[in-house]
Amino acid sequence: MPDLTKTTATATDEQSVTPDAPVDAIASGPAPGKPRSLWNDAWRELRSNPLFVISAFLIVVLLVVAAFPGLFTDANPDSGDQVNHFLGKPELTHFFQADWFGYDRVGRSIYSRVVHGARNSILVGVGVTILVTLFGGLCGMLAGYFGGFWDSLISRLTDVFFGIPFLLGAMVVLNAFTDRTVWVVMGALAFLGWTQIARVMRGAVITTKHADYVVAARALGAGTKRILFRHILPNALAPVIVVATISLGTYIVAESTLSYLGLGLGDGAISWGGDISDATQDIRNNPHTLFFPAGMLSITVLAFIMMGDAVREALDPKLR
Amino acid sequence: MTSIDIKADSVPAPRSGEERSGRLLDVKDLHVEFHTREGVVKAVNGVNYSVDAGETLAVLGESGSGKSVTAQAIMGILDMPPGKIPQGEILFRGQDMLKMSNEERRKIRGRKIAMIFQDALSSLNPVLSVGYQLGEMFRVHDGLSRKQAKAKAVELMERVKIPAAKERVNDYPHQFSGGMRQRIMIAMALALEPDLIIADEPTTALDVTVQAQVMDLLADLQREYNMGLILITHDLGVVADVADKIAVMYAGRIVETAPVHELYKRPAHPYTRGLLESIPRLDQKGQELYAIKGLPPNLLHIPSGCAFNPRCPKAQDICRTDVPALVPVTERDGAELPGRGSACHFWKETIHG
Repeated sequence: MPDLTKTTATATDEQSVTPDAPVDAIASGPAPGKPRSLWNDAWRELRSNPLFVISAFLIVVLLVVAAFPGLFTDANPDSGDQVNHFLGKPELTHFFQADWFGYDRVGRSIYSRVVHGARNSILVGVGVTILVTLFGGLCGMLAGYFGGFWDSLISRLTDVFFGIPFLLGAMVVLNAFTDRTVWVVMGALAFLGWTQIARVMRGAVITTKHADYVVAARALGAGTKRILFRHILPNALAPVIVVATISLGTYIVAESTLSYLGLGLGDGAISWGGDISDATQDIRNNPHTLFFPAGMLSITVLAFIMMGDAVREALDPKLR
Repeated sequence: MTSIDIKADSVPAPRSGEERSGRLLDVKDLHVEFHTREGVVKAVNGVNYSVDAGETLAVLGESGSGKSVTAQAIMGILDMPPGKIPQGEILFRGQDMLKMSNEERRKIRGRKIAMIFQDALSSLNPVLSVGYQLGEMFRVHDGLSRKQAKAKAVELMERVKIPAAKERVNDYPHQFSGGMRQRIMIAMALALEPDLIIADEPTTALDVTVQAQVMDLLADLQREYNMGLILITHDLGVVADVADKIAVMYAGRIVETAPVHELYKRPAHPYTRGLLESIPRLDQKGQELYAIKGLPPNLLHIPSGCAFNPRCPKAQDICRTDVPALVPVTERDGAELPGRGSACHFWKETIHG
């Protein structure tokens, strides 16, 4: 037996994926820097991607706005002064002032409404995404791993949902509710959206469960739960994360569309979609009432979709 | 059918009393089939073999001869369905594993019987560090804490001679070379000091110099722990140095069994003879290399009689009708040859002729 601990290596095999080292002993010494894993690599890739940096910055700002609207404006979004501010034009130099984006037909500060509307839009978007990922992911995982009856059941169910137009379905569901709170809207969108994630997850799990390392884990005595959550899930998660981030934007759009159609959040709730709906009554004379909520909506959706795109690029080795 | 037992000549003293000695595994008349759309694939058709503590059994055969499927059946990692075990017994220390519950079998896997896979890169989880994966053995089976498990993992990596184990324990599988990865696989299989290790072509994915190192390591560790080892391979060169006895498989059956050196000296089955003759030799320089003509049989339509008959140079009419049983092989004068058996109607002519 040659003494393998005696190494003369200068090169590490950090990059080698094939066993290309002529003598095994070359594989020596600690690799420089942090250990590299799929997620570490993805993170490194993301940090140097301008698309990600911009979208992450926007998302952080939006999240802060949604969480603490009071930090950004003192103006009351719910009551206006119709006498003094009726459809007041925006004062674009009055940064962060009540009249920055002008006033609507009830004299409410549009800036304040945009700031306060962020919470509902983002809450719905993030909430639906979380619900859909958890429920759809779980269903997809069970269907993919156990196959058989559960697979047939869940696959047929996703087929059924696939045939229902998303918005039309949401309208039908929401029409049944008179008191449409954030939770109701979230629930309705999640109810119609989970099948997309379930399909993606099912496919990823089926690919992963036949991987040699899963068989090896089984051969060395790992139980079902450990195999599912420790060995399959982390390897099947990448496509799910990508789909989830991209669809987050579409959920925000869906909420706005529903609000625009009068089937979104109930009376009193501030929402970009609702404001857009109100603004359309008089866009020719007062385009600013439409422009700012619509602009915010676009920026938010763009940020999440850009984020999803960057994540997909980082996680999909085929694109490197 | 005859069961063939050979004690290795020099079994080292058992490490921890009688628990580590004696018959470990007894496979009896094992059949495995796969139900596919095209029909029933009979992958294993009545395999018998046994392994004692400290003994190395080499299972030799081409791709599709059923050697890996037998191993998977022993480990209980066959995909069922489509796989099915219509008959047979797999006795581990006298207990039929096919009759155990899933949970009982899971507890045997890893602790009592472990497996080493062919391709270490794809057999290690790419998103978990090797330290985590090694430590997992202790956390699942022994309930150790994360920290204790990591310390054990470093210890294991040192035992399989991975340089700078402490620094590399948090590295990921793709950061290791092929040989090092196979060492990690071996370390994982060894972690709980199982009684029996099944190595499914452990060196096939490695280059030749590394092959020898890995085989040496495996043999050393086996001796140290007095484990039973089933070495599945199609490489006659690997077998010669390590194995105690050999079982040659063809079309899901064992066609010949013998102690390792006797098999090389005097094969008793035309298939084995063909295999040995197709090894390149220095003294035949310039001549054409022998090859067994034809292809391995389609397991959906195994030829009637002896499965080898379409390729066999000695085939007679009886070979096309009667399935030969694995019979004990004797000397010309009838003297017993312990451990030898051949499933050929003309074994006498083959070994003595």
